[in-house]
Amino acid sequence: MDIDHATAVAFSKSWGLFYLIALSIGVLIYTFRPSNKKRFDRAKKTILDKEDRP
Amino acid sequence: MMVSQLTRGERQGSILIAAAVALCGLALAIAGRNDLLGVHGAFVLVGSVALIAFLLSRLDSPEPDVSRRPSEYYDDPIKVGIALSMLWAIFGMFVGVWVAAELAWPSLNFDTAWLSFGRLRPAHTTGVIFGFGGNALIATSFHVVQRTSRARLAGQISPWFVLLGYNLFCFLAVTGYLMGLTQSKEYAEPEWYADLWLVVVWVTYFVLYLRTIARRKEPHIYVANWYFMAFIVVVAILHIVNNLAIPVSLGHAWSYPIWSGVQDAMVQWWYGHNAVAFFLTAGFLGMMYYYLPKRAERPIFSYRLSILSFWGITFFYMWAGSHHLHYTALPHWVQTLGMTFSIMLLVPSWASAGNAILTLNGAWHKVRNDATLRFMFVAAVFYGLSTFEGSFLAIRPVNSLSHYTDWTVGHVHAGALGWVALITFGSIYTLVPSLWKRERMYSAALVEVHFWLALIGTLIYVFAMWNSGIVQGLMWRTYTESGTLAYSFLDSLVAMYPYYIARTLGGFLFLLGAIVGCYNIWMTVRASPAAAETALKDLPDARWAEGTATTPAE
Repeated sequence: MDIDHATAVAFSKSWGLFYLIALSIGVLIYTFRPSNKKRFDRAKKTILDKEDRP
Repeated sequence: MMVSQLTRGERQGSILIAAAVALCGLALAIAGRNDLLGVHGAFVLVGSVALIAFLLSRLDSPEPDVSRRPSEYYDDPIKVGIALSMLWAIFGMFVGVWVAAELAWPSLNFDTAWLSFGRLRPAHTTGVIFGFGGNALIATSFHVVQRTSRARLAGQISPWFVLLGYNLFCFLAVTGYLMGLTQSKEYAEPEWYADLWLVVVWVTYFVLYLRTIARRKEPHIYVANWYFMAFIVVVAILHIVNNLAIPVSLGHAWSYPIWSGVQDAMVQWWYGHNAVAFFLTAGFLGMMYYYLPKRAERPIFSYRLSILSFWGITFFYMWAGSHHLHYTALPHWVQTLGMTFSIMLLVPSWASAGNAILTLNGAWHKVRNDATLRFMFVAAVFYGLSTFEGSFLAIRPVNSLSHYTDWTVGHVHAGALGWVALITFGSIYTLVPSLWKRERMYSAALVEVHFWLALIGTLIYVFAMWNSGIVQGLMWRTYTESGTLAYSFLDSLVAMYPYYIARTLGGFLFLLGAIVGCYNIWMTVRASPAAAETALKDLPDARWAEGTATTPAE
């Protein structure tokens, strides 16, 4: 099969769409997963610690 | 300062690396002796030999106590990075004011090739974007990754290699332009040998960053690091793909890109727009997500929103570049794709800007009293404004009016001055006192002066370019009743004159602000060394727990 302009267009318009939608769903699940809430809360608060050593 | 934290073995290792670079310089100097390449080879050689001499002279100076390392952050490269960033700011902005003045008064090139607009303009863009912005990104990323991971940088020599190697790249770039060396790709002007060098430096940077994150004591990688990593990874990809080129010969600075025609144009603007996205946005968002909460002493409004906007920005921006090629030979659907993604980008962009502003909600008294925090607040506002403008300009019919006019220049500077430079100054004013263990900046009043100079300068600049851009766009599309163009190009040029003068003034005020900033930083670093001594010993005493060093409100 020749890879020409039409092939690239077909690929972009199908798989391009699917992987972006799949990615969005994955990100939404990661972000709103209840078990991640604690880590996120801790992350946003601990950067405010004053201690300046490892 | 540069070697005091290196052991004798590490100093010898550094000398070996510098010697290897010197050999590369020598090879280029010999192979390119009949070309400008030879001049650059000689620069590299002289620079590396000077570094070797410096290291040799310090070889026997007292060694650091290695056992203390795991309990201390490694801040020396950050300090030097900030100094370099501010020096590049002065250089880049000065050249910017100069080229702006050349447009109003063309005789300022004094009939020399070196000072011609075509050579100075990339010196300005490289100076401010890569010199000022890049050094600030490297310095702040080294700071943020250590603090948010609670881990020391995973290397003693590599941070220096990254910082100095990167500055060598910037130096080769700018000196090359002045001599007339360019591959004529916007924001990717340096020639093949400089590009190859940057790949080596950048991969080292990425490995260093990953290894530091791997050492982290925090379970979760704070979101600012995600932005910095996206910046490092994507810039590497963009840089490599866009700069694939075949040199005329190994003794010649010239090269030809492997892409041709419209593919070359598309690759260039895929690079160019993602340079805006990942160099000028992602990395600076990393700064914003750390220094703004830190300075305001409030956690980010919504951590979840910051994650959503991160993935939105990284995956939408990738497809937006083709909006630079509206009405060209690029297939219509690719233009439409770029336009659509540019409009979608408004969502994650405003999510970030809104997240920053809502973080300050409830702390407006701090924004009012503290110019450092105000720098970051106004930066977030400009980020919101210029991303809105960007989405708007990417719409094809709007682009038919704005493209090739000063509106584009105004848009870029709303982003570069209003967003990138202001968030950087805000971050630097937060970082400098904590890095040098001072209670606060030398003068809060001078921070205030800098803030107003920067803001007024930006506004004058942007308004001048909006006016001039729209006037240009309209004059170029006004037809007479008989269907011919109503104005010649020269007519539109004459109409630009007052705006070009206003733009020069705006840029000059911005430069003045940066000079005030440099003076303030210098005086902060120099101030009260006695107090610094005690702080440096930093015993975990009560004074420390009070947090005198990190984010004092002025």
